[in-house]
Amino acid sequence: MSSTNLTTKSGELPATAVTDSDFVTVVIAKQHFGIPVLRVHDVFVPLNITAVPLAPKEVAGVLNLRGRIVTAIDVRRRLGLPPYEGDKPQMAVVVEHAGESYSLMIDSVGEVLSLSPDMFERNPANLDPRWREVSGGIYRLQGQLLVVLEVAKVLDFSRYTSAA
Amino acid sequence: MDDLLSEFLTETNESLDTVNLELVKLEQDPNNKSVLSNIFRLVHTIKGTCGFLGLPRLEAVAHASENVLGKFRDGVILVTPASVTLILESLDAIKSILTVLEQTEAEPPGDDLDLIARLNAQAEGQSPAPAPAATPEPAAAVASDGPTERKMLQQLDRPLRPGEVSLDELERAFQEAEGPASMAAPVPPAPAQVAASVPVKAAKPAEAEDGDHAAKAAAQASANTNPENSIANQTIRVSVELLENLMTMVSELVLTRNQLLQMVRRLGETEFKTPLQRLSHVTTELQEGVMKTRMQPIGNAWQKLPRIVRDLSIELGKKINLQMLGAETELDRQVLELIKDPLTHMVRNSGDHGLETPDERRAKGKPETGRITLNAYHEGGHIIIEIADDGRGLSTERIKKKILANNLATEAELEAMTEAQIHRFIFAAGFSTAEKVTSVSGRGVGMDVVRTNIEKIGGSVDLRSQMDKGSTFIIKIPLTLAIVSALIVESAGMRYAIPQIAVVELVRASADSEHKIERLNETPVLRLRDRLLPLVNLAKILNIGNPTQGKSATGDDEDFVIVAQVGTHSFGIVVDRVFDTEEIVVKPVAPILRNISLFSGNTILGDGSVIMILDPNGIAEKTGGEFETQTEMAAETSITTGDSETTSLLIFRAGSMEPMAVPLSLIARLEEIEVDKIERANNRYVVQYRGKLMPLVKLNENVPMKTEGRQPILVFTDEDRAMGLAVDEIVDIVEDRLKVELVSEQPGILGSAIIRNQATEIVDVGYYLVQGFADWFQRSSSGAVGGGGKRRILLVDDSPFFLNMIGPLLQVSGYDVTSLNDPAVALKMRDDGRMFDVIVSDIEMPGMNGFEFAEAIRREGAWRDVPIIALSARSTPQDFERGRQVGFTDYVIKLDRDALLATLQETFEHTGAAA
Repeated sequence: MSSTNLTTKSGELPATAVTDSDFVTVVIAKQHFGIPVLRVHDVFVPLNITAVPLAPKEVAGVLNLRGRIVTAIDVRRRLGLPPYEGDKPQMAVVVEHAGESYSLMIDSVGEVLSLSPDMFERNPANLDPRWREVSGGIYRLQGQLLVVLEVAKVLDFSRYTSAA
Repeated sequence: MDDLLSEFLTETNESLDTVNLELVKLEQDPNNKSVLSNIFRLVHTIKGTCGFLGLPRLEAVAHASENVLGKFRDGVILVTPASVTLILESLDAIKSILTVLEQTEAEPPGDDLDLIARLNAQAEGQSPAPAPAATPEPAAAVASDGPTERKMLQQLDRPLRPGEVSLDELERAFQEAEGPASMAAPVPPAPAQVAASVPVKAAKPAEAEDGDHAAKAAAQASANTNPENSIANQTIRVSVELLENLMTMVSELVLTRNQLLQMVRRLGETEFKTPLQRLSHVTTELQEGVMKTRMQPIGNAWQKLPRIVRDLSIELGKKINLQMLGAETELDRQVLELIKDPLTHMVRNSGDHGLETPDERRAKGKPETGRITLNAYHEGGHIIIEIADDGRGLSTERIKKKILANNLATEAELEAMTEAQIHRFIFAAGFSTAEKVTSVSGRGVGMDVVRTNIEKIGGSVDLRSQMDKGSTFIIKIPLTLAIVSALIVESAGMRYAIPQIAVVELVRASADSEHKIERLNETPVLRLRDRLLPLVNLAKILNIGNPTQGKSATGDDEDFVIVAQVGTHSFGIVVDRVFDTEEIVVKPVAPILRNISLFSGNTILGDGSVIMILDPNGIAEKTGGEFETQTEMAAETSITTGDSETTSLLIFRAGSMEPMAVPLSLIARLEEIEVDKIERANNRYVVQYRGKLMPLVKLNENVPMKTEGRQPILVFTDEDRAMGLAVDEIVDIVEDRLKVELVSEQPGILGSAIIRNQATEIVDVGYYLVQGFADWFQRSSSGAVGGGGKRRILLVDDSPFFLNMIGPLLQVSGYDVTSLNDPAVALKMRDDGRMFDVIVSDIEMPGMNGFEFAEAIRREGAWRDVPIIALSARSTPQDFERGRQVGFTDYVIKLDRDALLATLQETFEHTGAAA
């Protein structure tokens, strides 16, 4: 299991350098997404994901991350995208939410970008509702757009838990 | 030593150490408010606790110091080295009193008037008259703590008991009552006493120089003090958080160990094997040790109950007696926390709904005071907690009405249900039968919440209830939640863990074996020991695997059936494969997965993979709708057959082709005797057997004695006598349930039973014994007769067959036997004043079972001290333990004649010795 601990890496930067506008870019179905660096604990290639029967379809399963059990979330499913069919294994970005660890399954990981507020724009009105649900806004990068993935919203499954 | 006292000692010693440190800090930094308030708080606590525990001398000193500290805090007087020394001195005084307290469990006699006077003077703002520290004066003051001169101060020659006030104390209180203005007043008597002590003190002037030394001297002076053994050193207080962390770490260690074990197992024989075994061993021990640190007696969860019950009895106008048994039973504190509330609720319920008012009870002929009994004990890896009351019991009719009103079941469904099934509805959501809502219970959040809470921690709850006799709730919970033993199974290519707690047995089922999965309208069932076990396919309820796979998994190929039990529901879970059991560390699942009721958690296996832990409760629930009635039926059958356990029976033929049977355990030997050895003497058949004449008895007149070859006989013996029963042919030995269906009028035959699907006559051995030796029953055997005639035995068993079988056996051995088939009748006999030397009782009986019978005997009445011997075919150590808990003296396997006689003998020897 290859793993890069981003918290240590960002720790090497001057404390002031890591701000809310720093994002780990990830690619899902060729679309770039940004996850706030401060929320990312780990990035690794998951090996054994145990499927959980009867779980909501967005749950890819559970996996062992250095002795801790984390729940893997299939972000493609969450966004209503078709299943991943690439050659390379999917990557997992570990985030923490409400005291629990989750790993977001994404296609690949890019670099860490520090983005300036003037590149930011609110969600366009015609955005797919499933995307709007998890998007915190759009950054206009050169040649592409980056969707800010709001971790709390991605992991908000209240519609499931309240259904119980 | 009293728990409260030892806790106080530990705590106070710690507080004192802190205060000592803090005081020194304060001296250096007199304006540090937080240090000051910390000291004040600690001293205040000490004072408060002393007052609570009735330690007036300590309290007085602490109180005086607190006064001074209070003045410090309010800024009335300044913190000076002199004043700090004075406080330190009072702390030392407290410490030396504690030392004595620890040894004698009482405050040392004497007082600290001088010290208190100086403290009070300090509080008044006067600098202490004698300069403290290096001057001899404080030494004298401190010296008053020395045990040596304490005797001189106090006329009383024994140490004061807690709560007792010494003469000096009274004096002091009197003087203090004059008001703070006359604070100087207490001083005069003190010097006189101190002066008296000087000569003694002079022996150790060096030690007396400062408080610390004096305290040490005091400790040394008290003869058998061993500082290492002092209570303060025996226990330490550790934060729960630290323990939880330790537990987590151990859990991780267990996981890593499992992982290593698996790796090494794959490698085969390697040099790692031995050290790994050692590691494994140590890990297990460590795990057990850490678990122990988390164990607390269940009594901790019961502490509030007496008070609750008292309030309850006042509020409801009922007389309630709360009995708590097994309070020392330990369980994990996490579990303890979680069952506290359900327990409280259930006790309230028993008091409110269960027990009647004194008038009602009187009308029913019960004692006015109702009883609630809590009983906790270990059973296997579980804790069983029973909450029993002797109240009115559940009203089946009221529950039925309520079920119908709440649409929980239809009338037709209710018709088909047994009482127990209907009673269990009280655990259904939104069910509360109290007709009027009291402040105590009946708010509709009743037993369903209790059940949910208990099931949350992997436990189960069940009840037994009998109209006008009372109800008993039985809670079964795991010892600990963190690490459980689980069975690893595979279904549709995925592995799952099933907690061992729920697994009763494993059955391998395949089309060509004796266990075959059969179908009733597509519902799979399994024949298991004359019962139909409803099955669920794990892959199906988990919705995994494709249908064809599912088919092959349940029909054609080999399957494994895990027979699980939840409460009284038994069901089988069909899986593809079964691996071994593993100790797994239960980790909760993420909130998003929490509403899947089929899983109770997840865990990491030795190979590093994560697997889900199945929740048997959830599975039972999931499948409950589909075959609720079936499981219940199965449970009922097991109950009705419970009292006729299987017995080894000898099947033979005599006189006709119909098989006859006799319990194997009654037979001493089977012999075949050459016919020419059979002689006739005195118009009876006899045979020389083992150097003696053994009479042969024909089973009936239709049985001709063989004229050639060998004559099969069944030999019954009693000490030096033997009797042979001549039969035609010995057929077989079978294990079957022995239930006499038709009672026979024919002498020598008890009745008929179905054995191996064939009507079989059961032979009354007692009848033939008399035929062999007319005096067989009259003869007294050596052991049975004590000094004063025959020992009286009360034999209670619901089955007339066993009564008939065991009764003669005991009579043969010279006991005076009274046989009864109903424990209730037995209790009536007790109330009529009949006495017995020993009671032998069956366990499995309808109505009142053996455990309840024993409890009833132990509870009250003339039979309280009569030994009770349990008689049952079930003989697991748990049963044994349970039997002992309710008051059985001993436990004998049914029909083990020798064991029963030996046990009786032993019991009489014991009671004989005691009498």
